[in-house]
Amino acid sequence: MSRARGDEEEYWHSSKFRAFTFDDEDDELSQLKESKRAVNSLRDIVDDDDDDLERVSWSGEPVGRRNKLPSFQSLSDALSDTGVKNYAPELRRPKAEYKDYSSDWSPKDTVRRMQRGKICSLERFRSLQDKLVLLDEAVAGHDGNVITAVLIFLKRTLRREILFRELEVRQVALCHLIHFLKETGEQKLLLDLLRFLDRTEEVALSQYREHLNIQDVEKRREFLKGCIGLPFSAEDTSHIQDHYTLLERQIIIEANDRHLESAGQSEIFRKYPRKASILNMPLVTTLFYSCFYHYTEAEGTFSSPTNLKKTFKIPDKQYVLTALAARAKLRAWDDVDALFTTKNWLGYTKKKAPIGFHRVVEILQRNNAPVQVLQEYVRLVEDVETRLNLATKYKCHDVVIETYRDLKDRIQLTAYKCKVERGSADEEKINSILNNMVRNACFFFQRLSSEMAVD
Amino acid sequence: MAFAGRRDAPEAPDFGILKRLARDQLIYLLEQLPGKKDLFIEADLMSPLDRIANVSILKQHEVDKLYKVESRPAPSSSDQFCFLVRPRIRTMRYIADIVNADKMSGRSRKYKIIFSPQKFYACEMVLEEEGVFGDVTCDEWSFYLLPLDEDIISMELPEFFRDYFLEGDHRWINSIARALQLLNSLYGPFGKVYGIGRCAKMSYELWRDLEEESEGDSQGRKPEIGNIFLMDRDTDYVTALCSQVVYEGLVDDTFRIKCGSVDFGPDVTSSDKSIKVLLNAQDKVFSQIRNEHFSSVFGFLSQKSRNLQAQYDRRRGMDIKQMKNFVSQELKGLKQEHRLLSLHIGACESIMKKKTKQDFQEMIKAEHSLLEGFDIRESTSFIEEHIDRQVSPTESLRLMCLLSLTENGLVPKDYRSLKTQYLQSYGPEHLLTFHNLKRMGLLTEQSAGETLTAVESKVSKLVTDRAAGKITDAFNSLARKSNFRAISKKLGLIPRVDGEYDLKMPRDMAYVFSGAYVPLSCKIIEQVLERRGWLGLEEVVRLLNGNEFSVSDSAVEDNPAWESQRVVLAVFLGGCTFSEMAALRFLGRERGCKFIFLTTAITNSARMMEATIEAKA
Repeated sequence: MSRARGDEEEYWHSSKFRAFTFDDEDDELSQLKESKRAVNSLRDIVDDDDDDLERVSWSGEPVGRRNKLPSFQSLSDALSDTGVKNYAPELRRPKAEYKDYSSDWSPKDTVRRMQRGKICSLERFRSLQDKLVLLDEAVAGHDGNVITAVLIFLKRTLRREILFRELEVRQVALCHLIHFLKETGEQKLLLDLLRFLDRTEEVALSQYREHLNIQDVEKRREFLKGCIGLPFSAEDTSHIQDHYTLLERQIIIEANDRHLESAGQSEIFRKYPRKASILNMPLVTTLFYSCFYHYTEAEGTFSSPTNLKKTFKIPDKQYVLTALAARAKLRAWDDVDALFTTKNWLGYTKKKAPIGFHRVVEILQRNNAPVQVLQEYVRLVEDVETRLNLATKYKCHDVVIETYRDLKDRIQLTAYKCKVERGSADEEKINSILNNMVRNACFFFQRLSSEMAVD
Repeated sequence: MAFAGRRDAPEAPDFGILKRLARDQLIYLLEQLPGKKDLFIEADLMSPLDRIANVSILKQHEVDKLYKVESRPAPSSSDQFCFLVRPRIRTMRYIADIVNADKMSGRSRKYKIIFSPQKFYACEMVLEEEGVFGDVTCDEWSFYLLPLDEDIISMELPEFFRDYFLEGDHRWINSIARALQLLNSLYGPFGKVYGIGRCAKMSYELWRDLEEESEGDSQGRKPEIGNIFLMDRDTDYVTALCSQVVYEGLVDDTFRIKCGSVDFGPDVTSSDKSIKVLLNAQDKVFSQIRNEHFSSVFGFLSQKSRNLQAQYDRRRGMDIKQMKNFVSQELKGLKQEHRLLSLHIGACESIMKKKTKQDFQEMIKAEHSLLEGFDIRESTSFIEEHIDRQVSPTESLRLMCLLSLTENGLVPKDYRSLKTQYLQSYGPEHLLTFHNLKRMGLLTEQSAGETLTAVESKVSKLVTDRAAGKITDAFNSLARKSNFRAISKKLGLIPRVDGEYDLKMPRDMAYVFSGAYVPLSCKIIEQVLERRGWLGLEEVVRLLNGNEFSVSDSAVEDNPAWESQRVVLAVFLGGCTFSEMAALRFLGRERGCKFIFLTTAITNSARMMEATIEAKA
């Protein structure tokens, strides 16, 4: 690296940016690696000389009235409590200063210096007590960067059990170490720490998390299998078990379907080639896939929707929503019909859904279901207002007309006439209902009058 | 704080200086590596950098090629590499790999890392471990503050939210303190400081500490900003999780405003290309609708279009001279206005289209029910259906969190069932997300929280005992209860409205949520400013878990005649939403004061939820 240093020196000698150096002792300054201190605080160019601000430019020339001391001179003022004169030597000869400077600083001063980005050797904090005082000072100083720096030092110089023991009663510092270990990927140490703290659930989660980084599905499956025995809560254990089972199933389905697809003999795969692999997809997506490609399969096969429903105890609601979406996408209206048809003990059929029928309508509509199909479900929407809205929106004239009829709303019905085609069956229907209504009204009126006459 | 009487709010100070300072410092740092060099920029520093410097400035300072810091290092023949990065471990490894690869192949180059806004010791440790310490030089670009608009300053540190609120890492507090120091020196001295939240308190203390030792003599200077209010995001998660319905918020929720600009896609521009639009007070159309409730925006835009048409039409019947005048003086402005109008109309249309598809109306209804605390069953099944239909994973998560926050946790039965369905719909690995949300107190189970709090209070008396200390620590990781309902009642966050709430003529800050809810964060700020402290808010403070403070700097001259007395710097640690800004701007107009927003990043519900999701390393 001596060459590089040579280059650097050459630059400083030949630099046209002399304006930026701190004073005439350019050469020594060139050894300065930590120029950042000089630019650390922008505040002081302003504080120092408010009016001059506009004229400060670092892009080339020294500007403003401080010709001899270019703008950067003032920056260093900010960095020490004593100003340029005292501060400069340290900047220029860091090595020489480092020999004795660290020994005198108290833990508090050390932390303060570190907060201001200055290099500090921590090596002199050798007794456990000194180390802990330093750590507590760092925590009290609120600067996480310094807390972590001290922890890195403690981690290097203390046996882990001792470090763990001390962190147990230092919550803030503990958080920093855990985050640091997560970021640097020191998984083993992290797990040891969590185990030491008896945070068993976190141990489990932290291990489980690793599966995200495993690309190979077989390896991932194996890894998940190992996760089942981890100390999760009872609830989460069953989720992990499901995760493993799901991937296991997906691997089988994927292998079969890839084969089916490439053989080219299955019509559904020919007509609707798969866009992506089903591996690592959520359960509901897998269910959709299975309702799409394997709807009619017997429960015995892993890929059948009923099998998935049973294995993963998928609630009715979720199952119906997903199956509906899949079958509607295929425009398999008979399947849709069957999904909601139930027979009672007398053999009458009835439409029933675990979700609101307005949802059913919405899903069908999104899949461009024809009006005949759509209106059958619009009719089943319980809330009259919603029903009318949906029926009007999707032009299910029959439903609108019938609803107004049931509401005996002549005005709306008359108004609706302009929405249907001239001379269509719909218009005829409206007319006949309106006539009927008039007749009924007459009848009612007559009866009323006769009754009144009796009185 | 002069809240009395209606006065015009003072102007915001000029924050252009901040940009100039950042730019000049960057140039200085680039010049420290003289000669031609390739510059590698961290992806999330690009937009902020864009706002203060452009490529030609970089080129002027001998930046040859520009690269994005990414996993694959680019082959380059340059002798000097400069890396402009955030202080992150993985970026250090990326750089170390480049340096080590060069060493292996006997290539010698100079390397310089510029950390923004500051360097972390942990980064240096990685460089040391990787054996490249000494091969690279390190610098800091103290780019803490990016003015996004005349009243918005962002630290552009979205990771603050996760680092602090999830991981409990205090690494950014120094940056915040330095940002405050810089603002105080340029626009202060701040005479009054208010705050609530642990991070707010720590940031304040560290900032004080920095001020004490700098001999910065601010006495006697006339300040431009007189008040500052610091608030932790966890004081009010609810507001940040609500669907936004003021225009700027909706644009952010729908298109994502990034660093003050937005990419309007073909559906908005009604052409085949996307347009990048800067959204700020300079945009004469946007500045008039940004704070408006979405329902008033259409009317405004159509009125504006008619006016524009009328102005265009004036050219009929003009003589040559008038026409010449028109073309040279007015036409450009009209054309510009026309362009902006058509963009915002396009954006509105696109928003409408997207929102109707998602049954936005139904969602808003559910949200309002949650905020007001009725029909909880109905809202719960709405959320359930949302999950079952695999509608956006962040939306579902957001609604669950809202339910939990407003109800002080979910009933265990609901928690289990919603969690199971969520995992089935969006993937089992979200188990990790649920754990994160629980730790942050965003999504909790009711009974568990309650029993723990009782035990916790008993145990906390025994902290000296080591065994007990262990238990308390375990509890500590469980975030606090939200107490939303009680706070809402105390502060009157749900306005009692007779008849329709006129969104065009808002009467209070609730208009930003269709008149259904006054944002808690803004209400706290209003109350504290009005009372010039926390006096009388003891119960609210208790429900918010304390950590409030209010300090007057006696050394700062308190001259009520100064406009700065009516300028408030509202600092949001963990993100601020556009709805909150709109609400406080409204308050400012009402009370004749000016709010300046300083935030670690602009946030919204989607960003917040995404920050809690666990992704692969």
